[in-house]
Amino acid sequence: MPEAMHEERIHPLEKLDIREKRELLRKVAIVGVDESDEIGIVPHKSALQMHAEAARNALADAGIDKSEVDALLTCSAGVMSTVQLAEYLGIIPTYTDTTMTGGSSFAIQLEHAALAIAAGVCKVAVITHGQRGHSDRGRGRPAFDPWAPAAQFEAPYYMGGAAGQYALACMRHMHEYGTTHEQLAEIAVATRKWAMLNPKAMMREPLTIEDVLSSRWVVYPFHLYDCCLVTDAGGAVVLTSAERARDCRKPPVWVLGAATSHTHLTLTGMPDLTQTPARYSGPRAMAMAGIRHEDIDVVEVYDSFTYTVLVTLEELGFCGKGEGGPFVSGQRTAPGGDFPLNTNGGGLSYTHPGMYGIFPIIEAVRQLRGECGQRQVPGAKLALVNATGGTLSATGTLVLGAD
Amino acid sequence: MAQSRSYAKPVPEPSPETRFFWEKCRQHELWLPYCPRCQRFFWYPRDFCPRCFAWDVEWRRASGRGRVYTFAIHYRAFHPAWEAEVPYVTAIVELEEGVRLYTALVEVEPEPGKVRCDMPVEVVFEDVDERTSLPKFRPLPEDAHA
Ligand SMILES: [Zn+2]
Repeated sequence: MPEAMHEERIHPLEKLDIREKRELLRKVAIVGVDESDEIGIVPHKSALQMHAEAARNALADAGIDKSEVDALLTCSAGVMSTVQLAEYLGIIPTYTDTTMTGGSSFAIQLEHAALAIAAGVCKVAVITHGQRGHSDRGRGRPAFDPWAPAAQFEAPYYMGGAAGQYALACMRHMHEYGTTHEQLAEIAVATRKWAMLNPKAMMREPLTIEDVLSSRWVVYPFHLYDCCLVTDAGGAVVLTSAERARDCRKPPVWVLGAATSHTHLTLTGMPDLTQTPARYSGPRAMAMAGIRHEDIDVVEVYDSFTYTVLVTLEELGFCGKGEGGPFVSGQRTAPGGDFPLNTNGGGLSYTHPGMYGIFPIIEAVRQLRGECGQRQVPGAKLALVNATGGTLSATGTLVLGAD
Repeated sequence: MAQSRSYAKPVPEPSPETRFFWEKCRQHELWLPYCPRCQRFFWYPRDFCPRCFAWDVEWRRASGRGRVYTFAIHYRAFHPAWEAEVPYVTAIVELEEGVRLYTALVEVEPEPGKVRCDMPVEVVFEDVDERTSLPKFRPLPEDAHA
């Protein structure tokens, strides 16, 4: 490891007042979730339209009027995202949060919203996302500082986005632990089986391990089906106080644990290419909730690539380091398996507009409410969500529970 | 990232903290920032050590040798400047000095099985315009790596 500083930055559990944060989170509930009216390929709608539709739908799900919203959290509506969105929606918030940690932003914003509500800073918080990942391809990238480390030391060699970066991390994992293409394919296939049970999923045709292994290389070691979709989609989540939640349309979903971590932005700053900050946020969120791995009924993990899932399960401690491959083998994470994972069909087969992190939250809430129809995990009471942003850079882990 | 007329890929624009590094690259020498207090190299260049936050850091010349820590073989360009080059190989090279550089491999067959983690490599410099040379890496014979 080139920079051992990261080892010294590990957050020892005993240094955090987890009990105090747990008490705060108990005062808060998730009461509304939904997507925008259309997800998939939606060239006829702007990103802001998708934000607004998702917000309206999630507020309707909660049974809360827009006039009650006093907190807005998003990062996908431009540089001053919440300022833009508040104007667009006609909201004058007292609490605003544009936390931008890539795809994990929305899980981390949820932690912030919950703490703000618990502290009495606001009463109803709406987290929104809207993104035209598919339809905005070729419309130009946001300018970035030519003096930024990635601009100087990565861009001269590679300008292709996440796939090539995650491929580098995956290759090292395969080298160190013997992780195989077949094991990665298990995740793509299991996730597709869940998508086939979700009417909103984009990819609903059957997929086999052989299909994955015979698909073209996008960037070695990733086949086409190791990579997430690129779609257009919006989503929103509504939180409020436990008190206000009593009068909402649906039973509350509780935030039992919430934790954040990030370790690097550029790959050469990554302490170990086979690790992710979920090793820090995961145990803290679980300790806060006071639960063990075996207590969890359903797991929703950001799947930008099959590898993201495999390494995240290891980092969250569902299996030992390097054992992610054997862990997911035998279609264990598919419908009917003993480890229900990414039950909406994930970024691999349901939707992935670029930043996916709000969608695993939406799915976890639906599972805990028992709203998932064919793909419902029977009796799900406890869910773990782990969202990842950047290049395995930033994670938000949530433990959510139903009464 | 200034664009030169003959070279379409992004060219690094040296910043105050990295100018020395890029000037040395132009002379085909690889220099790395070093913290005397920690007695270790760090990457990328800054005015201070990111580990101990000391500001009396210095530059030291690197051997230019290392190992492929990891690599990826790119079959899609994703950016027009790379279209003529696919398949090509990016890598993170761990230098003998302990830091890792993001780079590209040259003089390798861009095929699974032909490139592997931990293979020994040495730096070569590609002159991309009149003021910029990019460090890339090529394989060394196995026995050349002590
Ligand atoms: Zn130092």
